[in-house]
Amino acid sequence: MDLAYSEEERDFRARLREWLVKVLPELPPRPSPDDWPGRRAYDLGWQRRLYDAGYAGLHWPVDAGGRGATPTQHLIFLEETERAGAPYVGANFVGLLHAGPTIAAEGTPEQRARWLPPVLRGDEVWCQGFSEPGAGSDLASLRTRAVRDGDAYVVTGSKIWTSHAEVADWCELLVRTDPAAPKHRGITWLAMPMDAPGVTVRPLRTLVGSAEFAEVFLDEVRVPAANRVGAENDGWRVTMVTLSFERGTAFVGEVVACRRTLGELARAAKANGRWDDPVLRRRLGRLYGEFGALWRLTQWNVSEAQGAGGVPGTGGSVFKLAYSHARQELYEAAAEVLGAQSLSLEEEWTAQRLSSLSYTIAAGTSQIQHNIVAERILGLPKGR
Amino acid sequence: MDFRLTRDQRDVRAGVRALLAGRYGREALRSDVERAAGAGVEPGAGAAPGAGVDRSLWRELGEAGFFSLRLPESEGGAGLGLPEAVLVFEEAGRVLLPGPLVATHLAAGVVPGAASGAAVVTAFDLDGPLVAHLGGADAVLGMPEVPAGVPVRSADPLTPLWRARGVLPAGYRDTGALLTAALQAGSALRTVELAVRYAGEREQFGQPIGGFQAVKHLCSGMLVRAEVARTAVYAAAVTGDSAEIAAAKMLADGAAVRGARDCLQVYGGMGFTWEADVHLHLKRAWVRAEQWRTAAGAEELLAEALLTEASASASASASASASASASASASAG
Ligand SMILES: Cc1cc2nc3c(=O)[nH]c(=O)nc-3n(C[C@H](O)[C@H](O)[C@H](O)COP(=O)(O)OP(=O)(O)OC[C@H]3O[C@@H](n4cnc5c(N)ncnc54)[C@H](O)[C@@H]3O)c2cc1C
Repeated sequence: MDLAYSEEERDFRARLREWLVKVLPELPPRPSPDDWPGRRAYDLGWQRRLYDAGYAGLHWPVDAGGRGATPTQHLIFLEETERAGAPYVGANFVGLLHAGPTIAAEGTPEQRARWLPPVLRGDEVWCQGFSEPGAGSDLASLRTRAVRDGDAYVVTGSKIWTSHAEVADWCELLVRTDPAAPKHRGITWLAMPMDAPGVTVRPLRTLVGSAEFAEVFLDEVRVPAANRVGAENDGWRVTMVTLSFERGTAFVGEVVACRRTLGELARAAKANGRWDDPVLRRRLGRLYGEFGALWRLTQWNVSEAQGAGGVPGTGGSVFKLAYSHARQELYEAAAEVLGAQSLSLEEEWTAQRLSSLSYTIAAGTSQIQHNIVAERILGLPKGR
Repeated sequence: MDFRLTRDQRDVRAGVRALLAGRYGREALRSDVERAAGAGVEPGAGAAPGAGVDRSLWRELGEAGFFSLRLPESEGGAGLGLPEAVLVFEEAGRVLLPGPLVATHLAAGVVPGAASGAAVVTAFDLDGPLVAHLGGADAVLGMPEVPAGVPVRSADPLTPLWRARGVLPAGYRDTGALLTAALQAGSALRTVELAVRYAGEREQFGQPIGGFQAVKHLCSGMLVRAEVARTAVYAAAVTGDSAEIAAAKMLADGAAVRGARDCLQVYGGMGFTWEADVHLHLKRAWVRAEQWRTAAGAEELLAEALLTEASASASASASASASASASASASAG
């Protein structure tokens, strides 16, 4: 039980801070959510700066192009970049936080060499083609078909809610390769080029008003068999690796951001007199305690992952359940601080209040996370 | 940074767990409960034997280092710290070990006999005129003598209460709250286990009730709250920070009280019986939620800490933009 950072870790933090103080003032503001091509360029540009400064793929293995840093250093990186107000990972989310780590863990040497450096250098954007219109929570019932034809798979079907699909170069795609097998068995994980003939992307508007996810239609798309990660029909196991990264470490920086927001809320409430309302004040106090504990839980999970060779465990589901709920509570409290002003879409907190609604849905709904905790951690019997 | 338990800490925990399993297993708990409940039927039997502290148990806890754990070795202690203490108290919370454990631990090295378990020490750790374990106590933390009191029937059979006047001396509240939070976390983790075990055994509609999602979600919700609380307690033990301790207490109180209530629900009709231990966890959790630091007090303290931190970081960034050369050191806060 040690929360102190080693000298090496403190040095790392200090150097990173110095660098951030230097580069951040030079950055232009991030383009609006209506301008995805602009955002893509901006997010990749930031990734390129990280790469050039030696901060890309910190905790990825060295032979995957990473720096082989410890999960703790990665944690420090996320904490410091967020604290300094550095750009959000944005369009690089899937590549950096789950497709990349999955390829690093499960890919062949050729696959690592092909896909990982461009992610780290900020040359290519990935998206995640898992969900389908008929396969959301029950992901394993996906129907997008892939039929082997020579050295390629021919893929037909459709995906939905695919974030950043419009601007992505690659898609981590789940397809059904054996319709006769039990539903978890006949799935394969493919890397699909988004510019292949037969791929059509149709943007969907979110309730926030922006188009950050899309429907993707696949009409006899040829994907080279060499793009298969893991064995044919072994995609479900590979997917579990992807999801453990998605739930395990992907939200770390956001906890820091939420704590900063909480501070801004307190100052705003003090300024407009709402702080004198003990109910609101205590609500903010409780949230402060909760986010503090969530940060500690993050440190706990990172320490556990460090002990387990870097792969996050099922603790990610516990974290996601608590965090997604707390985040929604945070922006409900923000609306209370703002009062009627919260009806203005020009308030940053209003946009955040709207987008926080996705947190208990995306990356597996809270109900599904509860099932996972109950069955895989607590060992309760599978339901009918 | 490695937040995980060290080998030594895991050994401490395993040692206490084994000791308590032998010395205060379920039979001991139930026989204490029956004795206390029997004593309670006679009106005015406040200091009745069943309501007192078991002196031989107290001495054994003392011998095992329960109270002296944090005293320096030169004073007969084990020279351990708060992180080890919270592990020990978490185990005590799991088995519902009764008695003024926290107050006696805090009195070690201050009140003669407390460290060894020869003395039973209680404290005015509840708001208002109630105090627990007064009749069985040799001393009250920070008070020259044990005041007189009037027995009050207590919701928790193993926490007898008295109406009395007294004060809690300054300087103990944080540690008291932290160790009480550890007891709550232990109880919360235990009620998850009880619920999960029952849900795996009890059958309805031809299958274990744990296969039903409504039951599963109750159990996983209990685990989430208990894990968040436990982590908060461990971190607060490492940092010793007042606000972090208040948060740990607030979260652990919630995890223990709600956990026991949800466990009772999972047990169905059985949960409403005197036979099941669930009500004992709930009642003790209620007592502890009123001790040392209440949720309302914690929230106010945290609100104050939040505002202080927010104002400090606002003025830091203001001064950083005012002077470019200061910006590096200002943001290093
Ligand atoms: C902002 C956002 C971004 C996303 N980005 C991506 C992406 O990039 N790539 C991608 O592949 N997917 C993405 N998703 C999809 C997301 O993973 C799914 O929305 C999610 O898994 C839920 O699936 P669904 O929408 O089909 O809901 P459904 O599965 O239809 O669920 C509807 C409701 O029923 C409940 N429910 C369903 N089954 C059960 C059950 N067994 N027990 C209890 N309750 C149940 C759910 O909890 C939910 O409340 C994104 C979603 C959002 C909101």
